Amino acid sequence: MDLLTPGPGLIIWQAFIFLLLIVLLAKLAWKPILGSLKEREQSIQQALDAAEQAKKEMANLKADNEKLLREAREERDKILKVAREAANQMHDQAQADAKKTADKIIEDAKAVIQTEKNAALRDVKAQVAAFSLEVAEKLIKKNLADDKAQKELAEAYIKELKLN
Amino acid sequence: MKKPLFVKKSTFFALILIVFSGIFSPVLASDEAGHEAEPFNASEVILHHVMDDHQWHFADWLVMPLPVIVYSSEKGLDVFSSSRFYDEHHNTVEYNGYKLDHNHITLADSGKAVLDLSITKNVAMLFINAALLLFVFTSVAKGFKKNHGKAPSGLQSFFEPIILFVRDEIVKPNIGHHYERFMPYMLTLFFFILFGNLLGLLPGAGNLTGNIAVTLTLAVFTFLITNFNGNKGYWGHIFWTPGVPLPLRIVILPVEIIGIFTKPFSLMIRLFVAITAGHIVLLSLICLAFIFGSYAVGIGSSLIVLFINLIELLVAGIQAYVFTMFSSMYIGMAVADHGHDH
Repeated sequence: MDLLTPGPGLIIWQAFIFLLLIVLLAKLAWKPILGSLKEREQSIQQALDAAEQAKKEMANLKADNEKLLREAREERDKILKVAREAANQMHDQAQADAKKTADKIIEDAKAVIQTEKNAALRDVKAQVAAFSLEVAEKLIKKNLADDKAQKELAEAYIKELKLN
Repeated sequence: MKKPLFVKKSTFFALILIVFSGIFSPVLASDEAGHEAEPFNASEVILHHVMDDHQWHFADWLVMPLPVIVYSSEKGLDVFSSSRFYDEHHNTVEYNGYKLDHNHITLADSGKAVLDLSITKNVAMLFINAALLLFVFTSVAKGFKKNHGKAPSGLQSFFEPIILFVRDEIVKPNIGHHYERFMPYMLTLFFFILFGNLLGLLPGAGNLTGNIAVTLTLAVFTFLITNFNGNKGYWGHIFWTPGVPLPLRIVILPVEIIGIFTKPFSLMIRLFVAITAGHIVLLSLICLAFIFGSYAVGIGSSLIVLFINLIELLVAGIQAYVFTMFSSMYIGMAVADHGHDH
């Protein structure tokens, strides 16, 4: 039965030592140990969170980059298209202008030629008239008796002239 | 041959060992035969080893006397060595008006018991256990300081998983979000029992955690912490169990009140029985060799003792776990935020 009877002396010692142990260990061991463990866990958690955040940011950045790239590409295509159109337009314009200028030059040239031609013809007619008068004068002076022959001659000259 | 022991398991093993010793023709030690006059009393030897003592008996030739501290209203406080109670033939004698009878110190003339605060074997074990705990865990704490922000090393890395186990597997799930307040108690409790159990397995060591006074004190600590931390929900549950019809409450109230006390009582008994029974089994098996007086039985029982010892190592851990777990559970019930459960 002694085995089952708690001895008061041991109870007192046990209570005293155990209480002392709780207080001492709590202060000297458990507080720093649990504090460090918690701190370490928090730092690990923070590191993990930060890594996750960085990963997310990287993904965002990548997406942004791709978007930017895509936009840039679109922009480039648009600019190229506009430029091409402008170039074509300018080209057409230039062509049209050139043609117009050429036409005008040709027209002017034709007009000038016509004018020159008319002037020349007038000149020729005047000279022919003068020449005819001169011929007629000469004929008149020489063959005034033969009226008929003179007339025929005059006519023949005139015919020749007209043919010119 | 004598009918051995009061532990049934041992008789079973004895039968095996009789066969065993039959094969390996038993040799009776000659000096055992010389002691034939004084029959070997196994239960006395075993109980002597399991129970507390005023001197530390390592071997027959190595007995360490321990200080006796007694107080009585008649004689006041007295401190002397326990060796005073023994003469040169190891017989107990009276000293200074005190008498030692089966480890109880009484006043010789009146027979009145005195308050015995002696440093008995178990108190010495208690000191050793406490010193070891302090040494180990201050070193661990130092390790945490030294390796701040670095990987754990040495003793720290050995105990860190155990501390985490106590925190994450025992205390946190059972107590809930108030657990941090109880961590120092739970860790001290766990490691006190664990170290006490393991120290108790050493040859010659005292049976500290298998002593009912020790388990009683530990259980009382848990009891006090549980009930001082009991919240409204906890006491409400005991005195006015919700959701129960009035006539039943008359029955439930005493049951609940008894329940307050059976919880620590079960803690006390469980640890005491588990550790003491283990020691008794081990000692009984060892005693077989002396009962049979046979080397062959000695060899056989030693093998079994080795095996049981391994089981005892397991039990040492399990009992520390179980005591801490149930303590957490009881405290957890007392501090739980009762909603309108049930």
